[in-house]
Amino acid sequence: MARLNVNPNRMELRRLKNRLKTAVRGHKLLKDKADETVRQFMIYIRENKRLRQELEGEISKALKSFLLASAVSQSQVIEEAVAMPGFQVKLKTSTKNVMGVVVPEIEILEGDKKELYPYSFATVTSELDSSISNLSELLVKMIKLAEVEKTCNMLADEIEKNRRRVNALEHFIIPQLEETIKYITMKLDENERANTIRLMKVKSMMEKRG
Amino acid sequence: MLSNNKIAIIGDKDSILSFKAIGVDAYPAKNYFEAQDTLKKLAREYAVIFITEDIAENIQDIMKRYKTRPFPAVIPIPSAQGSSGFGMRSISKDVEKALGADILFNS
Repeated sequence: MARLNVNPNRMELRRLKNRLKTAVRGHKLLKDKADETVRQFMIYIRENKRLRQELEGEISKALKSFLLASAVSQSQVIEEAVAMPGFQVKLKTSTKNVMGVVVPEIEILEGDKKELYPYSFATVTSELDSSISNLSELLVKMIKLAEVEKTCNMLADEIEKNRRRVNALEHFIIPQLEETIKYITMKLDENERANTIRLMKVKSMMEKRG
Repeated sequence: MLSNNKIAIIGDKDSILSFKAIGVDAYPAKNYFEAQDTLKKLAREYAVIFITEDIAENIQDIMKRYKTRPFPAVIPIPSAQGSSGFGMRSISKDVEKALGADILFNS
């Protein structure tokens, strides 16, 4: 491990010792954070998997039933029937903080759902009604999936970033600091010894002369 | 937060028509380029954007861009042809990214 290019003196030594202390403390904190983030992530990802498994079946089924329903009528009729929806879904969005990651919180606002079917019943079949009411029930779940999946995406990203930080500290910065501190200590000790020897030498020379 | 509180869906006509009826803004896309442009445009206005899996699979570059922001949430859903498993794969990709190994789907 390469040591830092610094002058071996006491001031540098003190500075580096402080840096090492901070680095070790930071490493411990980040490691704790990584553990907890992974725990949270596991909770969310399980939920994500469960929701997606449920939804994928249900959505395909709902869409297929809609296709079937539209197959019995002319396509123009169906298009006309759904062209002007009776209402627009509104969401309530905010953010919350999971382990320092800002994740979205999405809620569906139950507006006045009095007009679920935006068409006249005379023109289309009853299959269309049921597939649309199915789908609108699914929407709540889909929004939940959106929230959870987004949270998972962001947590995964954060975990990866955090892991890089922990690794950089553990395998690079801390060994580097330790090595430099050791180098400076040795150098200072060596100077000390050189100094003592020099004094002894001078003393003996003076004794010989005197 | 600048995102608007609406839902959008991008996909082929058969899959999105039904969502239009329940109050989701539907944007048909005939090809991937069109879908990309639509997504870029919608990302500024919508909080949640659903994309059918077959299209999502081909515009992953653009979707990656929105992965690390809280909004919009770009979510793949199965189309009328059924699920291609893309959504599930992206979950397992997340697990792999976070933990280094896929422990959720092997067991």
